[in-house]
Amino acid sequence: MAQPSETTNKHTISVLVDNEAGVLARVVGLFSGRGYNIESLTVAEIDAKKSLSRINIVTSGTPMIIEQIKAQLTRLVPIHKVRDLTLDGARVERELALIKVRGRGNRRVESLRIADIFRASVLDSTNESFVFEIVGSAEKVDAFVKLMESLGLSDVSRTGVVAISRGEETM
Amino acid sequence: MTDQKLNGSQILLKALVDQGVDVVFGYPGGAVLPIYDELFKQNAIRHVLVRQEGGAVHAAEGYARSTGKVGVVLVTSGPGATNSVTGLTDALMDSIPVVCLTGQVPTHLIGNDAFQECDTTGITRSCTKHNYLVKDPNDLARVVHEAFHVARSGRPGPVVVDLPKDVSMGMGTYSPRASVRKMSYRPRLRGDSAMIEKAVDIMARAKRPIFYCGGGVINSGPAASKRLGELVHATGFPCTLTLMGLGAFPASDRQFVGMLGMHGTYEANLAMYHCDVLINIGARFDDRITGKIAEFCPKATKIHVDIDSSSINKSVFVDIGIVGDAANVLKEMLAHWQLKRRHLERKALAKWWTQIDKWRARDCLRYRQDSKVIKPQYAIQRLYELTKDRDDVYITTEVGQHQMWAAQFFRFEKPNHWMTSGGLGTMGYGLPAAIGAQVAHPKALVIDIAGESSIMMNIQEMSTAAQHRLPVKVFIINNEYMGMVRQWQELLHGGRYSESYMDSLPDFVRLAESFHAVGLRATRPDEVDDVIKEMIAIDRPVIADIRVDKKENCFPMIPSGAAHYDMLLGPGDEAENKISEDGMVLV
Ligand SMILES: Cc1cc2nc3c(=O)[nH]c(=O)nc-3n(C[C@H](O)[C@H](O)[C@H](O)COP(=O)(O)OP(=O)(O)OC[C@H]3O[C@@H](n4cnc5c(N)ncnc54)[C@H](O)[C@@H]3O)c2cc1C
Ligand SMILES: Cc1ncc(C[n+]2csc(CCOP(=O)(O)OP(=O)(O)O)c2C)c(N)n1
Ligand SMILES: [Mg+2]
Repeated sequence: MAQPSETTNKHTISVLVDNEAGVLARVVGLFSGRGYNIESLTVAEIDAKKSLSRINIVTSGTPMIIEQIKAQLTRLVPIHKVRDLTLDGARVERELALIKVRGRGNRRVESLRIADIFRASVLDSTNESFVFEIVGSAEKVDAFVKLMESLGLSDVSRTGVVAISRGEETM
Repeated sequence: MTDQKLNGSQILLKALVDQGVDVVFGYPGGAVLPIYDELFKQNAIRHVLVRQEGGAVHAAEGYARSTGKVGVVLVTSGPGATNSVTGLTDALMDSIPVVCLTGQVPTHLIGNDAFQECDTTGITRSCTKHNYLVKDPNDLARVVHEAFHVARSGRPGPVVVDLPKDVSMGMGTYSPRASVRKMSYRPRLRGDSAMIEKAVDIMARAKRPIFYCGGGVINSGPAASKRLGELVHATGFPCTLTLMGLGAFPASDRQFVGMLGMHGTYEANLAMYHCDVLINIGARFDDRITGKIAEFCPKATKIHVDIDSSSINKSVFVDIGIVGDAANVLKEMLAHWQLKRRHLERKALAKWWTQIDKWRARDCLRYRQDSKVIKPQYAIQRLYELTKDRDDVYITTEVGQHQMWAAQFFRFEKPNHWMTSGGLGTMGYGLPAAIGAQVAHPKALVIDIAGESSIMMNIQEMSTAAQHRLPVKVFIINNEYMGMVRQWQELLHGGRYSESYMDSLPDFVRLAESFHAVGLRATRPDEVDDVIKEMIAIDRPVIADIRVDKKENCFPMIPSGAAHYDMLLGPGDEAENKISEDGMVLV
């Protein structure tokens, strides 16, 4: 007779998979086919010898949906492990973004000043543009992008969130 | 030995034999010709040529469900693969173990829009448990062994192995069956003991309990059904089964309250609504069962045993979820039960049964057979009565009213004798599934209880039955309507029978004859028994055209999305006719 909670929360889920053809399509197809949302997704090989990749997914849903997402992921044959970093204690999350800002004069100076405050570095510059690199939480990147909007923001390229648990615990 | 070079097709057949495969349902084409050439040269594996690839998959499903083994399909690339998609989806929805081998264009042509190319792994990704594209003959044996392991273990399902022609022709080495286990795939078979004990504690304190069991008990194998029977008897609780679970507990048992759900019995559905403890073993809270979720077993503490953790808390939130194989968990439950039984709420349980017997007395499946028009229920009931003394009867169905009447009126005592398309509801399933079951049980009586509309979807398979001397019986409940569609139109769409009349039907007797089968017909109630007896006596495929009441509807019915107490019981029901009955007393 227990009742499920109806509140929606954001979760960061890490998935260890065999790095084989079609594995990303399986994961993405699962989310689209079952109507779950993906706020961000990153994937890269992390162990060439064992041919393993790690996928980090940021999604949101009620506890029942989050549980269902994890169960559905676990069911996929090439998936080794599914970890809910949001539930499993402390974690660190980072995102990297490359941001192009175009402008002259004061706006240009202001963008450089803000980049400094955010510890963004300049990767490329011309007389009329900068490419900044910023690393931090997704919220920090959001805030930086927002500030650049009035200063000539032209292109944004973001990696999506990568995450790992704090402490000694391994995946 | 293992270093010996073989061509891909030889490797494939060797792997199939190693997996215990004795029959393959298939259809040839360019991309699989090398495999067919090897098939030609051997005798270990029988090939059953179907008439359309969709039929091959359903036949493999019928074979699998009636034996507990993996059904095997072999089709060509492109259209062969796409024709298989419905069957694969059907097998996925109903958890049926199938391995489907599809031909593919040579690897160097993949992606080129080559002749009869399609992206088979892409198309089948969401309708299989898993799929593979083999790119090297040296991987082939390993992949085939893995495919069988994935198909049959855990929650069973269909697996596709896509085989480019250069792989089935190229040379490679064989790997034996024992050498492979997919490391990332480890289904959980043993339930958590602490949870099982907790569940049994709750069961022992129950006042109004019910077992609600499903296809998972059948998937788990005969031991699970046996243990379920023991546990139900040990507890004395009532037991209801889903459409997919029929046969997991004997229908003749006093503790069986019938099927539940949309067309389930009055007593089963009301017992679900009023129960205080629900014990779900291997059923998945399908929406045809739950109806309105907010009113589903509102007073019950819910226990759910399922091998697939994604079935737990998917649509119904449960108090105790146990991930494990039904046979294992039932065994542990039985052991704990022996220790807990002294706590039983005997008085409350006796009261519960009194209540259930009252619901039962409503006799919700009652119908009236007059001397003129055959009632569909009567035809199926007679079929049951005239075959119930045999223990080698296998029933398949198509989809529609006749399917529900078969579930209600044909009574199953054992698992694996009932094959129906539950999750996908695929019209056209029944005939090929019967063929698959008959291939597995050549001497048995295999009957497809069909609708005249559904049977047209895969009627071509009559030719398969003739060629392979498979004496399947097609028992058509012919109401000249897509009856189930007509019923919904009558109840929900103001009786506007849009496109649900089946016009221009063939003469099924002559159709049978042209397919080298025997055609029989019954148009009056007093002809039904004779037709059934004759049908059973004929050792060849038979189509029996049973002309039934065109307007009969299937009751009880819970309109979709309604609660369990919101059951329509049909025109003959006393409660609904209460006023007129009272009126009769007055008059
Ligand atoms: C026209 C029509 C009307 C229908 N009306 C009804 C109706 O009135 N009543 C009804 O019941 N159905 C009805 N159905 C069928 C319904 O759609 C579902 O297919 C059915 O209810 C599902 O049965 P199930 O819950 O037993 O699950 P299944 O689909 O059989 O699934 C089995 C479950 O058991 C689990 N499992 C598998 N193997 C094991 C194992 N070894 N150990 C433990 N668990 C395991 C699986 O993970 C899964 O969760 C109807 C279908 C049609 C086409
Ligand atoms: C392939 C497919 N198409 C459509 C449907 C929808 N549908 C469900 S039952 C039904 C009518 C079946 O008619 P019939 O076989 O005559 O059975 P009856 O209900 O009359 O017993 C239809 C069209 C389906 N289940 N499967
Ligand atoms: Mg009909």
